[in-house]
Amino acid sequence: MTVAEAVLRTEVLVHVYPDGTRALDGVDLSIARGQRVAIVGQNGSGKTTLVRHLNGLLRPTEGRVLVDGADATGRRVAALAATVGLAFQDPDRQIFAGKVRSEVAFGPRNLGLTGAALEAAIDAALTATGLQDEANTNPYDLGYSRRKLLALASILAMGTPVVVLDEPTTGQDARGVERIRQIVASLAAEGRTVIAITHDMRFAAESFERIVVMRGGRIVLDGTPADVFAEDAWPTLASTFLEPPLAARIGVRLGLGSTPTDQALAVALSRVTGD
Amino acid sequence: MLQLTGATYRYAGYAKPVLHEVDLRLDDGEIVGLVGPNEAGKSTLCLVASGLAPASIGGDLSGTLTLDGMPAAGLKTHQLAERVVVGFQNPNTQRSGIAATVFEEIALGPMNLGLSVAETVARTREAIARLRLEHLVSRDPLRLSGGQAQLVAIASLLAMRPRHIILDEPTAQLDPAGTRLVEAALRSLAGTGTSLLIAEHKTDLLDRLCSRIVAIDGGRIVLDGPTAATFEDPRLTDLGVEPPARARLGRALAERGVDPAVADDAITAAAVTPDAAEAMP
Repeated sequence: MTVAEAVLRTEVLVHVYPDGTRALDGVDLSIARGQRVAIVGQNGSGKTTLVRHLNGLLRPTEGRVLVDGADATGRRVAALAATVGLAFQDPDRQIFAGKVRSEVAFGPRNLGLTGAALEAAIDAALTATGLQDEANTNPYDLGYSRRKLLALASILAMGTPVVVLDEPTTGQDARGVERIRQIVASLAAEGRTVIAITHDMRFAAESFERIVVMRGGRIVLDGTPADVFAEDAWPTLASTFLEPPLAARIGVRLGLGSTPTDQALAVALSRVTGD
Repeated sequence: MLQLTGATYRYAGYAKPVLHEVDLRLDDGEIVGLVGPNEAGKSTLCLVASGLAPASIGGDLSGTLTLDGMPAAGLKTHQLAERVVVGFQNPNTQRSGIAATVFEEIALGPMNLGLSVAETVARTREAIARLRLEHLVSRDPLRLSGGQAQLVAIASLLAMRPRHIILDEPTAQLDPAGTRLVEAALRSLAGTGTSLLIAEHKTDLLDRLCSRIVAIDGGRIVLDGPTAATFEDPRLTDLGVEPPARARLGRALAERGVDPAVADDAITAAAVTPDAAEAMP
C-alpha cells in the first residue's frame, strides 16, 4: 500500500507517558481506506494509546502519524476530528449533555453541520444505535450499555471517514453486540474505515477483515482472521495470553485447517461431509 | 448463606418497581451466574442482594435480605460491609479517589473493616499476588488502563475476604488472561466458603465457573437451574442471552450432521485452553 492509499499510517511510532511507561515501542501500521481492522492484545499492550494518536489526542514521543497522507504533527485535534471519530471505552468520559439528542448533536454541529443535514445525521445515528425513542432522555438515566451506544451514536453522527471504537461490545448483551456488528457492516458498506479495539475474539473474527495483535507496545501479528487464528500463530497468541475462538480450536481438532468463525467451521465441515 | 425473599424494589423517584418478587438463595461456597438482556434488572438485583439498595441509595424494598440468618435491614453499613461486598461494572465508579497508589487503594477496604495494620498489609499483599498486580502497586490509581482498573477494583474486594460477594460484570474490560486470573481467584474464594453472585454477558466464563445459572427478564427471575441444562434452554436465546460457545457450536455441529460423539470430543478437547491445561494436574 502506498502512502497515498493509506488513510492512516504510523511510522516507528513511540509513546512514552510522563511516568516513564513506554506504551508504544515502534509501531508501523498502514490502514487502507474502507478497511475493517480489529486491534487485539492484552490490557496495557498499547491499543488505546495507539488509537489516541490517530485523532491527535496523544502526540508521538518519536516517529510520526499520517492522516490522509499528511503528517498529523501540528494539526489540531479539532481538524483531525473531521477525519477520525473516536468513541471512548468509558462512555462517561465522553458524555456531558443533558439530553441524548443534544449529546449526539454536539459533534456534527462542531463540524459545521446545520439545519436539515444536522437533524438527518442525528436521526440516522440514533436509529442505528436503537436510541430513537430516547432523544429527550437524560443520558445518565440510561443504563451503562445504552450509554455506550450513545457514545457510539455521537461519533457516527459526525460522519467521519474513519471511525475508531474502543471496546464497543463491552457490557452489551447478544442483541447489543448484533447491533454493533450491523453498524460496523454498514459503515464498511459506505466505504468508511472502521478500527475497533476489542477483547472479543469472536467479534474480531466475524466483523473484521484484518486483525492486528499487539504485545508490549508492538505489533506481533497482522493478517486476516484465518491467518491470525491459524494453528501456527497460536504460540504467538499464547505469548500475549489470547485464545483463538472456539470455532478455530475445533477446526484444528477436527483437522479442518483454520476456521476462525462458526461460519468458516460450518463451511469446512460441509466440504468434509459433502452436503 | 445469602437469601432474598420476595424482593420487590423501586428506586427513589421512580413510579414503578424494577425488581418483582425475587427469590434468590446463595449457599456457602456456591457460585451463581446471573444472565439476562441489558436493562433486565441485573445491576439492580446486584445492588439489592448486596444491601446497598436501599441502605445506601434509598428507594423502597419489600421482601427481605438475610445474611447468614440475620436480616440485613437491621445491620449498620459497616456491619453489612463485613458480610457482603459488591463490585461494580465500571471500575471508575468503585475507585475511592483518595488513594495515591494502587497498594493504598486495595488496602482501604480491609483498613475500613478496622483490621490491624499487619493484617491489612497481609491481605492487601495476598490480593495483589492473586491477581498478579505487583507491577502496578506504586502506580496512581487514576492512571490505569480500563482492564488494570478493573483488576484493582476486584483485588480491593478480595482483600476484604467477604462471606458473600456480588459482582456486576467483573471481567467486562478484561483481556482473556485477566479473565482467567479473576476466574481462578473467584473459584478459590468459593473454596473457602464464600458465596458468589456474578452478573456477566460472558457466558463462557459462567459456564466454567458456576454451578447454577439464574436468568432475569423485566425484573423477574425467569430461569433458575443447573448450569449445563440452563445454558441449553432455548428460552435463553429468546431472552437475548448468547449461549456459551460450547453449547452454540455443539448445536451447529449437530445440524451439520457431525457424529455427536466426534463433536463432543472435539469440543471438549478444544475447550481445554493452554492456560487450563497448565493448571491441570
